[in-house]
Amino acid sequence: MSAVLNMILQRVFLGLLTLLVVSALVFVSVEFLPGDVAEQILGQSATPETLAALREQLGLNTPPVQRYLAWLGGILQGDFGRSVINQREITAILADRLGNTLFLAAMATLIAVPLAVGLGILAALKRNTWIDRWINIGTLTAISFPEFFVAYGLIYVFSAKLGWLPSISVVGSDTALSDRLVLTLLPALTLTLIVTAHMMRMTRASLINLLALPYVEMARLKGAAQRRVVVVHALPNAVAPIVNVIALNIAYMIAGVVIVEVVFVYPGLGQLLVDSVSKRDVTVVQAACLIFASAFILFNLVADVISILSNPRLLHRSTK
Amino acid sequence: MIRQLRNVPLTAMFGILVIVSYAVIAIFAPLIAPYPETAIVGMEYLPWSEEFLLGTDSLGRDMLSRLIYGARNTLGIALATTVIAFVIGCSVALLAVTLQGWVDQLISRMVDVMMSIPTLITSLLLLMIFGTSVLNLILIIALLFSTIVFRIARAVAMGVVVMDYVEAARIRGEGLLWIMFREILPNAATPLVAEFGLRFTFVFLTISALSFLGLGVQPPLADWGAMVRENASLITFGDLTPLLPAGAIALLTLAVNFIVDWMLHMSSGLKD
Repeated sequence: MSAVLNMILQRVFLGLLTLLVVSALVFVSVEFLPGDVAEQILGQSATPETLAALREQLGLNTPPVQRYLAWLGGILQGDFGRSVINQREITAILADRLGNTLFLAAMATLIAVPLAVGLGILAALKRNTWIDRWINIGTLTAISFPEFFVAYGLIYVFSAKLGWLPSISVVGSDTALSDRLVLTLLPALTLTLIVTAHMMRMTRASLINLLALPYVEMARLKGAAQRRVVVVHALPNAVAPIVNVIALNIAYMIAGVVIVEVVFVYPGLGQLLVDSVSKRDVTVVQAACLIFASAFILFNLVADVISILSNPRLLHRSTK
Repeated sequence: MIRQLRNVPLTAMFGILVIVSYAVIAIFAPLIAPYPETAIVGMEYLPWSEEFLLGTDSLGRDMLSRLIYGARNTLGIALATTVIAFVIGCSVALLAVTLQGWVDQLISRMVDVMMSIPTLITSLLLLMIFGTSVLNLILIIALLFSTIVFRIARAVAMGVVVMDYVEAARIRGEGLLWIMFREILPNAATPLVAEFGLRFTFVFLTISALSFLGLGVQPPLADWGAMVRENASLITFGDLTPLLPAGAIALLTLAVNFIVDWMLHMSSGLKD
């Protein structure tokens, strides 16, 4: 057991180290701005006096290392600093939006996971039949579609033609849960379509791998039905790789969230990031990038730990 | 050759057909397009008609002509980006594998860190810093994707570098470049070619996504991602036209995926 704990601690430490390096990169990259942040903000209206005053105000006269440490220290205490465009507290801007994005991602996950696993089992059960072939073509198609194509396709069908769902998902902090669910349904369905295909293909692949093992053949030889072999014998052993794929896909969903939020005008973190990039609101972009990167690293870490826990052979690889 | 073609599955045939027709459209765009790329030829948002087969866009430019020129811009940029990503990724990977030791370690760890942030997020950050121009777009996306190419090329080249003929070349006293490009590269090329197709679709989708967000290819250049953004408001009125460029993107990535799927199937020995 201590070996497992050791391995996990090692991974967590590595994850934290990566995060630290990423935070440094996010911070340092802004130093490459032509001119500096003060010149960015003032633009054409810059005079030497206003520039000097703003640099003083932003603390740009202190050395970069000191500024980085102050920035990192602030973040660790939940303070991301202020927006350079409108001077608002970034933490306050982020709070609502992060909640909205998490709500959207959670909803998409709740729809996508049962759907993907169900279809994956179906495809593995009906391997090499026309059902399997159509699921294969269908999922390959879904993987190939750009996010905005899926999003606008759904808008075209469900809001323009059928009129069932709104095409814009403007939610506020006072939106009732039932309204929020309706408003978030189309964006969540878009994300579902984007991630389901990959999860489903992996479910099918890991089940089919297991079906080639001797113990499954044993189950077949004793006369168990195909359905029972897949669901009772193979599936429990496929849970670990499937959970791993789910964690990886939630990480992958992060990129999709940005596009989907822009299409549906959903007030989440992704839309904030894109808006801030166009406005060149440097500090907000840094904060949003760091949050997205942390989420990505976190889910990859979870996937990593799950695959360690599920595969004893990985545990002893390093000791050999 | 003909017999071989007959064994190609329908999906892969479809893929080849789509890619060839896209290439023809992209190359002969000025001959095929009925109107110039950026000329305003009519009212805004005209419906489909004989004069404007697919109507006009938000500024009154011919939709069909922009779709055709869009093939040229979008595909050209994505192709250039993928080529640069492969040149950088493969060269650095070959260098790392040939030199090994701390060079390899250093580059690999750097790539690990770059890959720990989602590509779209990093590219947004970098585009904010360096500004949105076609050249910056190509270089930034190429750099980000070269990390993935590095990983793959390194893994392939690791298997080649231990071969006896590489050892023989070393003993013969061949230079670094000779070993990298004459000994290792030719023997690592085949799997990298299949990978090129797959990476192209990811580059293509990323650039389209950035253009759609208004941070990639800038107007007035016709680009499929940007075209969706410009005309998106039509969709809520039940008009499908703005979906056409998005559909064009989807069709091409689908075509490449079908071919890659078939190639993977072939290399796995036609079993499952």
